[in-house]
Order: sequence, then structure tokens, then C-alpha cells
Amino acid sequence: MRVGVLALQGDFIEHQTMLERLGVEVQQVRLPSHLEGLAGLIIPGGESTTIGKLAVDFGLLEPLREFGRERAIWGTCAGAIFLSKDVGRPQPLLQLMDISVQRNAFGRQVDSFETDLDISFMGREYNGRPFHAVFIRAPIIQKVYGNARALITLGDGRIVAAQQGKLLATSFHPELTGDDRFHRYFVELAR
Amino acid sequence: MEENITGSFAVKKGLAQMLKGGVIMDVVTPEHARIAEDAGAVAVMALERVPADIRAHGGVARMSDPELILKIMDAVSIPVMAKCRIGHFVEAQILEAIGVDYIDESEVLTPADEEHHIYKHAFKVPFVCGARNLGEALRRIGEGAAMIRTKGEAGTGDVVEAVRHARAVMGEIRRLQNLPDEEVMAFAKEIGAPYELVLETRKLGRLPVVNFAAGGIATPADAALMMQLGMDGVFVGSGIFKSGDPAKRAAAIVKAVTHYNDPKILAEVSRNLGEPMVGRQISAIPETELIAGRGW
Repeated sequence: MRVGVLALQGDFIEHQTMLERLGVEVQQVRLPSHLEGLAGLIIPGGESTTIGKLAVDFGLLEPLREFGRERAIWGTCAGAIFLSKDVGRPQPLLQLMDISVQRNAFGRQVDSFETDLDISFMGREYNGRPFHAVFIRAPIIQKVYGNARALITLGDGRIVAAQQGKLLATSFHPELTGDDRFHRYFVELAR
Repeated sequence: MEENITGSFAVKKGLAQMLKGGVIMDVVTPEHARIAEDAGAVAVMALERVPADIRAHGGVARMSDPELILKIMDAVSIPVMAKCRIGHFVEAQILEAIGVDYIDESEVLTPADEEHHIYKHAFKVPFVCGARNLGEALRRIGEGAAMIRTKGEAGTGDVVEAVRHARAVMGEIRRLQNLPDEEVMAFAKEIGAPYELVLETRKLGRLPVVNFAAGGIATPADAALMMQLGMDGVFVGSGIFKSGDPAKRAAAIVKAVTHYNDPKILAEVSRNLGEPMVGRQISAIPETELIAGRGW
């Protein structure tokens, strides 16, 4: 099974390392032709404005939309922003998921944080213990509607993970931890 | 559950990881900042003068006016970095207080301390520091730097020093990886680096934090050269806003960093960029005017 990582900008190598550890073959995606034969795609953390601009410049917007209509895509942080319908400001988005996102919702870098999350939605095979998550200038998922559903909410009710069929969005960065449960969950989704 | 930890090393290093494969641009006005963001910059460095003008201006170069930095922070949605002088921990406290996303403890400004750098673990805001070789890089990481960049020779538009520093770091790491265990301590002593960080570098085969190129990058080809030499991303200082068409050149450098291994795309983005910054050949600059030697 081959899974792509969108390699326009951001921490795509970290995702690649996690996937390879699970025995998955990885393709870095910089041009539309790189999407051929992939079972799924991860859009990494990075700057969503940069990733969006490069996706437009290299003709990836439509091919990515088409890819996401049938196959699995997981966006972490900037990737989640890129998957959303709107972010309250003009910037290129895939608009594949029925979610609204607020960028930098927790403040600036000094407010970036680590915390433990309840991931019981994954089911017993992923072990009930909390997931230690890293939030970097993180967005929140302000609104989930249509076919999307919230997966994880913080104590104050803010949504930090959502899913819509084979599409997955997380505000945080499982690729920065040693914990591969989200990557395993995504690989199963893509299979 | 949900005990939030802020200011951890993972979170500081994490932001640098998000900047990888990107271009960080020097800007001196909110308008520059918006041009940089529109061109695809992953972050901007807010300062009163680009290094080429600091060189030309002479005198003592200090932290920029917080008012200017705040205006630039208001103008863009991407991270904003700012520079403080080497060892000037109060300038760093001020930059942290106004909420900049990264501090560059920079040799481009006039050093405030000729023996000691800032103890960067004491801050919640992350720091990037320049380095010319592996020992210098690991000393800075030991003090708490969460990101490293080559020093190059800022404000010259001459990439030769950035190449020298990148090759020095990568070459020393390759040498370290080939040493037998019993020779690692002497290696640490020789380069003046903390032993634990030397061991970690040896295991990883790279610096334990993100490592960008900086100091003299002026063209898309320069940026791609630094990426092919193994850097994680690129700072461009004077190279953009001292050129004929900043917006176009900025966008071209962004594309070159993404497609650094694709000469056809590099050729395409290098076309018709207008005048590059004039630049100064480093070998023609008197030793006393060079700034990469600042830092200890």
C-alpha cells in the first residue's frame, strides 16, 4: 500500500517517518502526477497560506479535490485548515470537509501547548490510554456540520479533531510524538 | 486529563518543524510583510533595517522598535520573528512580552556580551541562533536554541559563507557518525560541544533541531543549492527587498525551495526576475567588517 505526503512545505518528513515505521510505502507529492496510485494522502503541518499558494501555482487544487472525493486524506494543523470549507479570511482551500476553522485560535507561539486527549472514539484495539498531543499555533474546528462529525473536544467544548467519511482533520500534530495510533487509524481508513 | 504545558522544548522545536521547506523573509514595514505573506513566506523577520542597510549605516545595531514589530504582527497571519543582540536577555524579555513567535539572537546586531549568549531555556518563546560549525550549533542548542541557521555573511548577497557553514556542519556530522564509540568524547572536547548533544546528533545523523540556511542567499538557485546541501529551509534577508522586483523574486524563491531537486522548475522560476540585489563579494570586504565571527 502506498500513501502520499503533500511535500509542498511543512513537516512532511515527520509523517513519512511515522508511515514507514508502519511498513507503508511513501510518495512525496509536489505535482499532480505524484498522486497516481496512492491509497491516501497526508497534508502536513506547516503554514496553510504557503501550502495553499503552492498548490494553486502547481495546479494541485483540482487534482487534490478529486482525490479527496474518493480516497482518504488526513490534514494535521495547516492540513486541517486546507481541508476546511472556510477560515474566515480569503486563502486557497480544498473545501472538502464540512468544517469551519479558526486559525491561530489559541494565540501566538508562547501559547502553544502540549496536553493529553481522550481518543476513545478509535475503539478498543487502539488502547484507551490518552493521546499526548502537541498544539503549535493551532487552529480549532469552530463548526462541524453536514456529513462531518467531531471526534475530540477539549474540556471547554472546543473541537480539535473531526472526520467525514475518509477525510480526517486534527488541530494537533501526532507526527511530532512517538505515538503512531493516529497514523495507524488513518492507514486503516485509507485501506 | 488536559493539563496544558506551554513553553516546552517540544513546542518550541515544533514551530521550527512547521517552517521546514519554507522561506523566512526579512521585512521592514507592514507592507513588506504583506508582500512576503502573499508570495508564500512561512514567516517574516521584522526589523528596522535589512542587513545590507545595517552594514551601510554602521554604528550600533540594536533590537527594533517594538511599535514597528507590533504593526508587522498585526499585518500578517504567519509567524513573526524579531532579532535581539547576542547576550542581551532584556531585549529578549521585551520581545517575548510583545508576543513575537521566534527570537533570533543575531550576530547581525552589535553583540551586547562578548562571552555569553542568552540562557534561552529560561524563556517560553523559542530562539533561533546562527552557527558556523557543529560545535557552535550544539553550544547554542545546549543554551536552549530550538532552531539553528547558518550564519553565512548577512547583507552581502554572496552565498559563499552560507555554503561554507552548511558544509562544515554536515561534514562534521558525517565524521562523527564514522567514529568508534571511544573517540566520541574527544570529538566533543575538540569541537567544544556538550557530550549528550554530540551523542544525540550521532544517533540522528543530523542536528537535533531544525537547521535553516541564512546569510547571502539572493536567488532561487542559491536557495535550492542550500536545500540540496541538506538545509531544512531558507532565510532571505536583504536579497528580496534590495532587488528590482521583490514580490516576483520572493515568490520564485518560495517555489525553488519546494522544488529544489527539479532543475526544470528551477529554470522556469528563475526567468525574468529583474535585477538581483547588487551584493558585495565577501573576499573584498575587510576582515573587521565581517559579522559571522560574532558569537562564541
